Amino acid sequence: MNDRPAVHIKGVSKQFKAGVTALSGIDLEVRPREFVSLIGPSGCGKSTLLRIIGDLIEPSAGAVEVNGKPAHRARLDHDYGIVFQEAVLYDWRTVAKNIALPLELLRWGREKRARRVEELVELVELQGFEDHHPWQLSGGMQQRVSIARALSFDPALLLMDEPFGALDEMTRERMNLELLRIWDASGSTIVFVTHSIPEAVFLSSRVAVMSRRPGRIAGIVEVDLPQPRSARTREEPRFFELVTEVRERLAAGGLELEPAEEAS
Amino acid sequence: MATIAVERPSQTWRGGAAYGAKRSALVAAGLAAFWGIWEAYRFVGERAGITWPFTVDATNMPHIHDMLSALTKPLQPGGPRLIQLEWHWALFTGKEALLGFALGGAIGFAIAVVLAHSGILRRGLLPYIVVSQTVPILAVAPMVVVGLGTKGVKPWIAVSVIAAYLTFFPVAMNALRGLLSPDPRSMELMRSYAADRTAVLWKLRLPASLPFLFSALKISATASVIGAIIGEAPASIQDGLGGAIVNFNQYYSTGPERLWATNIVCAALGLFFFLVVLIAERLVLRRAPEHVA
Ligand SMILES: Nc1ncnc2c1ncn2[C@@H]1O[C@H](COP(=O)(O)OP(=O)(O)OP(=O)(O)O)[C@@H](O)[C@H]1O
Ligand SMILES: [Mg+2]
Repeated sequence: MNDRPAVHIKGVSKQFKAGVTALSGIDLEVRPREFVSLIGPSGCGKSTLLRIIGDLIEPSAGAVEVNGKPAHRARLDHDYGIVFQEAVLYDWRTVAKNIALPLELLRWGREKRARRVEELVELVELQGFEDHHPWQLSGGMQQRVSIARALSFDPALLLMDEPFGALDEMTRERMNLELLRIWDASGSTIVFVTHSIPEAVFLSSRVAVMSRRPGRIAGIVEVDLPQPRSARTREEPRFFELVTEVRERLAAGGLELEPAEEAS
Repeated sequence: MATIAVERPSQTWRGGAAYGAKRSALVAAGLAAFWGIWEAYRFVGERAGITWPFTVDATNMPHIHDMLSALTKPLQPGGPRLIQLEWHWALFTGKEALLGFALGGAIGFAIAVVLAHSGILRRGLLPYIVVSQTVPILAVAPMVVVGLGTKGVKPWIAVSVIAAYLTFFPVAMNALRGLLSPDPRSMELMRSYAADRTAVLWKLRLPASLPFLFSALKISATASVIGAIIGEAPASIQDGLGGAIVNFNQYYSTGPERLWATNIVCAALGLFFFLVVLIAERLVLRRAPEHVA
């Protein structure tokens, strides 16, 4: 089991009907229990790649295996949970019911569901908001609901598309630590999309740097910072070296992050 | 919970009562204005001799107070008051309309569910469903009554079928739109859970369609009453409002206010149906106003 990659992307390309080549010749192996970040300029195909891993869209060429199975099979087996770039909550459901949605679909009993939702609400610090509707929450709160929902059924693989993009710096750093704790405790594998270089370095075992047009993997940075990470990690010299390395890799593709993204 | 400063758009009881009072006042003002315009037009029209688009006189425009007082008088000396008769007719027609509404709503929704799941059926069947509504109800009604009559179906049920014919269409169209309304991201989420069609229908399409469905049911509520009233004529039903209208129409020149009084009762029945749906909508869709289509 452990020698089999959690995610195996083999020569994946994606052309959209409009003629946009979003991805070209992507090869990537994510080992079980690994935390891999995808970083790259806006529009380089990060969300597209995540969708292909989740079998939400088909690649134009190549194939993806998840836990040694075709991505399609893995989706049917509920092998992964996904956090989209937008929260994608159902307006008519309360916070608690949005979190419980996958559990309902998996036919968990009412009480078991309620217990699990309570844990998750605590985890993402939304106590007191269980009965609120999505339109009564801030963007960051909505995104936390969507994270809780993805975690609810303890999937072996977590696909996260800029889950902390809408959060303030403080909350973001706290959620980073929380995510690492969950990752450590659950033994899951995480593929994580972010625009923030420090975030990618802080969280990941490896950072895959992508370049634009067509989207491809420009390089992979091994993050050899010791585990487990803590708030201290951000202050280590090695952390800054790695941040610089990722930045240079991004620049090497003849690309820069948009100024707003550089700021974070 | 109470300490969290999140504004809840749902109305409190006090807010609801104030809102209700304001609404009632507006409705009353509207009725008063209508009354005033009616009487003023008649007053001026009679004196100025207006003949276009119709001759303004006591026959064509009876006083509104005459219509209302006609309700309190018996049709024949010693008989029940008109309002008592109207009450029974309204109950009868209401029964037909209710069955028609339920039938039409169920059929319309079933059609929408089927069409929502098949693009081929959508393209193939939609034109015929639209065409069904271009056939005048006056042409359809006798066929339904006669056709069902030969099968031993009671005439009032045939009338319900006619009402359903008017009811199903708005429900089918709007429910279809609602069932197809979830955005691609919401559908993707369901796909990520490998949810089957039934689950997608119950957990996503159906709740998303409710605001659309209620818009349609509001239209259908009044349409079913109209369908029931119209359907009574070809079915030769004497026990309902439609039968009464046919009757009073024949004696219009001697008692125009009776026909008008019956019209008022018809309007009240339609309004009642509408309000019931409105209340049901409020109860079911307790969400932000901007989410209620
Ligand atoms: N459904 C679609 N149809 C056509 N083109 C698409 C579609 N989805 C994405 N694209 C195109 O594919 C490219 C990659 O999009 P994608 O959303 O994967 O970028 P991204 O790396 O996630 O960007 P961002 O960081 O801004 O979220 C873009 O050029 C986009 O226009
Ligand atoms: Mg994206």
